[in-house]
Order: sequence, then structure tokens, then C-alpha cells
Amino acid sequence: MKIAVCVSHVPDTATKIKIGQDEKTIDSAGVTYIINPYDEFAVEEALKTKEKFGGEVIVLSVGNDANKETIRKALAMGADQGILLKDNNSRDSFSVAKALAEEIKNLNCEIVFTGKQSVDYDNSITGQLIAELLGFNCATVVVDLKIENNKVIAEREIEGGKEVVETELPVVITCQKGLNEPRYASLKGIMAAKKKVIEEKPAACSENLVEIIKMKKPQEKQPGRIIGTDSSAVPELVRLLHEEAKIL
Amino acid sequence: MSDKIIGVLEQRDGKLKKVSFEVVNVVSKLSQELNLDAELLVIGNEIENLHELSGYGISRVTHFKNENLNFYSTSGYSQIIADYSKEIGSKYLIFSNTSLGKDLAPVVSIKLNAGCLIDCINLITDSEEVVATRPVYAGKALVDAKLKSEIKIITIRPNVFKPKSNGQLTKLNVTVKDVTSPNLKSKVVEFKKSEGKLDVAEADIIVSGGRGLKGPENFYLVENLADVLGAAVGASRAAVDAGWRPHREQVGQTGKTVTPSLYVACGISGAIQHLAGMSSSKYIVAINKDKDAPIFSVADYGIAGDVFEILPALTEEIKKYK
Repeated sequence: MKIAVCVSHVPDTATKIKIGQDEKTIDSAGVTYIINPYDEFAVEEALKTKEKFGGEVIVLSVGNDANKETIRKALAMGADQGILLKDNNSRDSFSVAKALAEEIKNLNCEIVFTGKQSVDYDNSITGQLIAELLGFNCATVVVDLKIENNKVIAEREIEGGKEVVETELPVVITCQKGLNEPRYASLKGIMAAKKKVIEEKPAACSENLVEIIKMKKPQEKQPGRIIGTDSSAVPELVRLLHEEAKIL
Repeated sequence: MSDKIIGVLEQRDGKLKKVSFEVVNVVSKLSQELNLDAELLVIGNEIENLHELSGYGISRVTHFKNENLNFYSTSGYSQIIADYSKEIGSKYLIFSNTSLGKDLAPVVSIKLNAGCLIDCINLITDSEEVVATRPVYAGKALVDAKLKSEIKIITIRPNVFKPKSNGQLTKLNVTVKDVTSPNLKSKVVEFKKSEGKLDVAEADIIVSGGRGLKGPENFYLVENLADVLGAAVGASRAAVDAGWRPHREQVGQTGKTVTPSLYVACGISGAIQHLAGMSSSKYIVAINKDKDAPIFSVADYGIAGDVFEILPALTEEIKKYK
């Protein structure tokens, strides 16, 4: 089975965000980039799927040379092949998905894993877009997955519980925390990943459908007051919640 | 005849969800500002409370009906919505940014060659175009964005656009369309309800616990307070990663981003990832031993004391109040 994993290269979640001079993107000076945390679950699930059914895990990413670091991370975990679909311009989810879908089609993959969202633009749509572009089924925000023959049974996290989705291959699965525990790359894996050649090709051309007009900081919340240091402050807190916040 | 705007409503167990009325509110506003004809669409089997739609100034409702569509199906729902949208020539489609909306909207967008803006928290119209504000980096920044596609899809963050009835009853014109053979290539076959009474993603009040609770056995203090407030229980990433609480309760950048009316943080120091996920709550109460903890920088009211002393006292005081 040919398995694709789509990964993105994002600022570490501990990053303090500063707006860039263009007022459309962030100021990336001093920012550490990592593999998107949800994509780690995708890589792990792809590796587990390969261990069960055999085949090949191919990691794909759209972006510039810096993304190679994230591709290499996935290779070190055990992926077989890495492809960078190169583009130095910023792309929206649609144009990223179109580039990925075209390559996945050429590769003839039957199953695609990716994170349920990337923690930069938080769109949570790339997986579904890829699925629809390829005519694949899809299950999103998946926390449990079973594949038997052609049949796919996925549990997805929704408000107040889990939905059990039944579908068939070929499929795109977007992965949520809880699906698995991503493995650490072994020293051997890291050494092997250094030797693997990451194939580079231009990302398929496509237009952005979303135009960013301006990026800005949210209104800073004014720090409130500390009303006390022990339970004698509780009646005052309840009074404030009632009279000021009008919640109780 | 003017162009159309469709609001896609959501039902669970045959009842329109609260978020559906938020969609109605937005559709009503945009239809006036953009001079569009408004329509509402809902997919399911029997739906008991369609009549509640009559106070919002939109009369046209289309109910696509089939017993196999009571549960969600990505393939079935997306096909129906895309086909209907093409049939009536809709220019805008509005969804709620729920688990269902997030799954469905992008699939519909490919079928319609439309772009979509996800999780919008503010919508303004500027020279006949919608400019949406949406959080990025889990709310550490916001972007104003618009769509360049001819057909535009927008999902709105739950709990932000509160439904407003205009006080007048509109006569509803409900068309029921029986769907004869829905596309069920992928379908939900079961819903497993989680043990918690309320979900953090939907709750209007959240009480969250962190490492300061010292262990899973002490979370009953958080649960008791949540009970008297009618709140959902949340947790910090530290509490989830330690295995004290299930992941679905995690609030923050790798958990859920929430905007309740009241957020009570108990024994949570306030890592940047946590603050990103909850600091747009309307009111924030923090209870933490360390008066220098970052959580106090976003809290409206703080008590710099021991959660083990304060939580039971607060629970009792609120009980008295009610």
C-alpha cells in the first residue's frame, strides 16, 4: 500500500507572535519552526499502517527549503521517501491542497494522513480539500482508526462524544491527539534520514482564493485585580460575578 | 431576482442546534447588507423545532429528508448542498464552525469551486464584499481576509454571533424534499456520547483545572464547582499530558480554543499555549497560589491562594446564591 503523509512546518506553539512589517504575515525573526504537532500523529499512523499492511510511506510538504527540516523529522521517524513541493510564495489552503493532490495522484497513493489542522493558520480544511480534489473519502479529527480490506472505520471527535464513521479506501484521514503516541526518532533513524535524498519539484501552480488584507494583534486583555489570597475573598468574587459580570 | 445566500443549519437527534440560530442571524444580516435573497437549508429526518425559525425574518426553508441522513454523512450532505446551491445559484453559503461544519464546508467548496473562510469571529461588508476577521495562531493574532472566488463559503465560530429574534413572526415557507438515494459512501453509523455532561467547545461557562490540582483524584473539586455553575470541565495541557484528564477537555493551542462567558482557571499557571486558547473568554477568574503566574495577566478577577481551600468555599457560596 502506498501511503502519503502531508506535513507542514510551523512556528513552535510556545512562540510569541509578532506581526511582520508587511502587516500580513508574522515576523519570523527568532522564531523556531517545528513539524506541525498534529502531523506527528499522522506520521505515526502512517508508519503503523505500513507495519500492518506493508508498503511505502511518502512524506510531502509544500513550501521553501526550510520545510526540509520537517520532512527529515518524518524520515527519521521511519518514513521511506520525502518530497518537497517547492514554492517560496505564501499559499492558502486551497493552493497547498491542489499541489499536494496532484502529486498524490501521480504517486498513486491509496491512503493519505495529515494533521487535523496546522497550528499556524488553524484552517483545518486541507485534508478535506485534498480528499475532494482526488475523489477520495475522508474522515476528519480521527482518534481511532481500523482498516480491514477495503473498509475504513474511524472514530472522530465531535462535540459531546465521538462519531463512528464507516467508509472505504481510498481515504484521507486527518489526525487528532489521542489517535496514537508518536514514536521518537532513533539515533539510527536520524542517521539514515540524513542520507536520504529529499526529492524537490516545483509545486503545481494554483491561485490563492483567500486574500489576507491585514494581520493584527487581538485587543490585549486588561489585567484585572487580585481580590484576595484566601477563602475570605470568595463572597466578594461571587458579588462581582453577579453585579459586574452579570453571570450568576 | 437577486442572488442567493444559504444558511446551512445543523440538527442533532431531530432538533435544530443552538448554533443554527447563530447562522440564521448572520444570514439575515448579510442578506440585507449585500441585497441577497436568504434561504435556510437543513438535512435530516424528522425535525421537531423548525417552527422556532420564524422569528428571524427569513421565510424560505428547505428540508432535505431521508431517514439515513439523520446521522451525518460527508458524502451525502456535501452532495445535497452543492447540488441545491447550483440549482438556485447561490453566491454565499454560511455554516457554523462545528465538527460538522468544519468537515463539510471544505468539501462543498471544492464541488462549487468556491473559497472558504473558516472560524470567522467578525464579518463586515465593505463595497459589496464581505471582510471576515478570523483568529490565527490559536488567537495570538487575527487576520482580516476576503475571498476572491465567485462563490464564497464562510464558517462562523460558535457562541460569537448570538441569535437575535426580531420579535416579529415571519410565516415560514418550508419545502420538504425527500432524498431518494443519498450518497452514503461515507457515513456515521454510531454516536458514542462522552461521560462529561457538557463539552468545552459548546459550554457558556467552563471550569478548568491544571497541575495545581496535584492529581486526578482532586479533580472532583473542579467538577463540583462546574456542577453548581452548570459549566463544562476543562483541563490544561499539563493535566492532559499527565493522563489526569481526557484530551477532549484540553483547552489551548493543541486542544480547543474557547470563548465562553465565564472561564474559571483553577491551579493553572497560564502557559502561552493555554492563554491563546482561552483569553478571549468574556470574563476570566483565576485561582492560583503563585501571584506572579501569567494567568493573572488575563484574569478579570483573581484569588492568589490555595485551590484546595478556595474551590470548596466558592462552590458553597454559589450554592447559597442560587
